[in-house]
Amino acid sequence: MSLGVMLKQLSEGLIVSVEIFSLTLLFSLPLGLIVAFGRMSKFKIIRFLITFYISVMRGTPLMLQLIVVYFAPYYVFGRTINGFRFPAIIIAFSINYAAYFAEIYRGGIESMPRGQYEAAEVLGFNRFQTFFKIIFPQVIKRILPSVTNETITLVKDTSLAFVLAEVEMFTMAKQIAAKDASIMPLMVAGLFYFVFNAIVAFVMDRFEKKLSYYR
Amino acid sequence: MENDILLEIKNMRKVFGDLEVLKDISLSVRRGEVISIIGPSGSGKSTLLRCATLLEKMDGGSLKYLDTYAATTVDGKVRYAGRRELKKIRNYFGLVFQNFNLFPHYSVLKNITDAPVHTEGVPEKEAVETARKLLADLGLAGKEKAYPCELSGGQQQRVSIARALAKSPEVLFFDEPTSALDPELTGEVLRVIRRLADQKMTMIIVTHEMQFAREVSDRILFMENGVIEVEGTPDELFSSGHGRLNEFLGRLKE
Repeated sequence: MSLGVMLKQLSEGLIVSVEIFSLTLLFSLPLGLIVAFGRMSKFKIIRFLITFYISVMRGTPLMLQLIVVYFAPYYVFGRTINGFRFPAIIIAFSINYAAYFAEIYRGGIESMPRGQYEAAEVLGFNRFQTFFKIIFPQVIKRILPSVTNETITLVKDTSLAFVLAEVEMFTMAKQIAAKDASIMPLMVAGLFYFVFNAIVAFVMDRFEKKLSYYR
Repeated sequence: MENDILLEIKNMRKVFGDLEVLKDISLSVRRGEVISIIGPSGSGKSTLLRCATLLEKMDGGSLKYLDTYAATTVDGKVRYAGRRELKKIRNYFGLVFQNFNLFPHYSVLKNITDAPVHTEGVPEKEAVETARKLLADLGLAGKEKAYPCELSGGQQQRVSIARALAKSPEVLFFDEPTSALDPELTGEVLRVIRRLADQKMTMIIVTHEMQFAREVSDRILFMENGVIEVEGTPDELFSSGHGRLNEFLGRLKE
């Protein structure tokens, strides 16, 4: 196979990887915040359920979670849904990453000094204003390095979608490698991941710099 | 004159676990009065301030601002007013913290204007005007765009005083306003408080600065073990010959 064809096919795989990556971030970042609230809820039962959810998400392989989500409709409703493969991937990735993000959010929120809440309270801000105007913007700054870590891991984790026969970049590379009996396609895929992550790291670094106007 | 009483605390109690931090504290504050609260650490003076500013819930007694009760005790149970009354009451007072608690992600100007604009609906333009005037008054003209981390401790504390004043409170509380400052910076903050006293701002100041308390206060309360041991004008207090008070003042001089 010529280099041109290989690059074209890998690029097609890359698009799928980028889709999984972007949609997962889009859903898991807000979902993680909601999960973090549940984890810090004053109601014991909610706290317990969320803690259990997080421990399952972190304690079992993402690959297994992908399979469970994909086959869930069959076991719950007794039938499969057409075209559920890609949604299943996004759901599994999102609820998995939401669990990790939730703990990052929680760490950030709990690291905020009490004085910030008290100053806001005395000034008459309500709880909603206090959180979204005063606390959360500062939390973002504090958690950005950890979020970057997770985001970079996510880029590489997209390759796990192969377990549901989704032809993302790594699956594509393996297929070409098998056909050509060459390791080259895999190396090129590796380079693609590396560049992808270099871009992610660059963007996150810009975010951090943007927030470095205060301490 | 009844409505000259801005703040009335009656039989306030506060318990942390088994420890009774405040025992039966009563205090009335008249308009224009400057009251300093002194006493050893652990005497309950900060807790008193935190209960009065609703940061801490009291376990007994009553708390009234002007003619609105924030909390009353009925049949031995403390009942706090509803959300609306408490919001109104929060507009009656300001609090200056020991470690400033400015919002680090906001510019100096936004630190001052954000609360009036978003909690009281003051028009942005008006709030900015007030803020600029306050900053100029407090010797911080030109610092509008600075961020708290770019200011010295003394400047930060003056910004936090401006932030509290921007809500035009009836009474201003200070919780050890100079304790987090280097000695050479305490002067600029004390000067600002002294000026406010001259302008007849009603203030309640928890402080360890005895000389300052003596000069600026109409009344000084000496607290120990959760009770107001002695109170009076500075002259009365410092010449009272009260054993515990003298012991405390003596320890400060060492």
